[in-house]
Amino acid sequence: MGTFHDGRGELHGITVVVDTTGPEVWVGRCDTMDGGRIVLFQADRHDASDGPSKDEWVKRAAMVGFHPNHERVALDLDQVASVKRLGDVEIL
Amino acid sequence: MPYDPMMVAPMREELTRHGVQELLTGGEVDDWFAQKQGTSLLVVNSVCGCAAGMARPSVALALQHGVKPDRVATVFAGQDAEATEKARGYFSEFPPSSPSMVMFKDGELVHFVPRHRIESRSAEEIAGELTQAFEKFTSAEA
Repeated sequence: MGTFHDGRGELHGITVVVDTTGPEVWVGRCDTMDGGRIVLFQADRHDASDGPSKDEWVKRAAMVGFHPNHERVALDLDQVASVKRLGDVEIL
Repeated sequence: MPYDPMMVAPMREELTRHGVQELLTGGEVDDWFAQKQGTSLLVVNSVCGCAAGMARPSVALALQHGVKPDRVATVFAGQDAEATEKARGYFSEFPPSSPSMVMFKDGELVHFVPRHRIESRSAEEIAGELTQAFEKFTSAEA
């Protein structure tokens, strides 16, 4: 049974880690990445200035998942350091 | 809002034709979890093809393996809401994730494959992870 979301980009529907150039890191389901921004659905955000490091938080999300608390968020790509699949994060 | 049952039926059958028991109500879920002895696998099915498109074939592949859980059941997220919510209550330490697969041994959760470890992997890769868990937790000495 194929996807219902053909033609929406390579990362569409994939759970990604979006690391920003600041202290924030996001995890969520990628909708689109074009027009200078990335749009995530059902996302969670962590501020590393107020808790565990980005790496620690992302590894925990990779192990057990995450609680989405933002239904939709759009991030400017000029504030994004990297985007990778959460499934590619090595688990401790 | 659930999808048209006619459209979803083939997604159910991708599992049930391999002997996976469908749990359609909260009562059926409670009954299934009440039996704790041995090994069991619960598959949280999902409509979204981005991940579920590989999840179902991977379960089918894994169930061809020589070692497999004593019981395998499924709930359908977004379709059978009461059953899914009830099932998630049995592993509420993990955030809701669909599709996903949860293995139990004697009532204890021993292996969890969340959606993000299903996405963009092949059915063979996911089945490989499942069969490793089957072998690890189903052997007599495990």
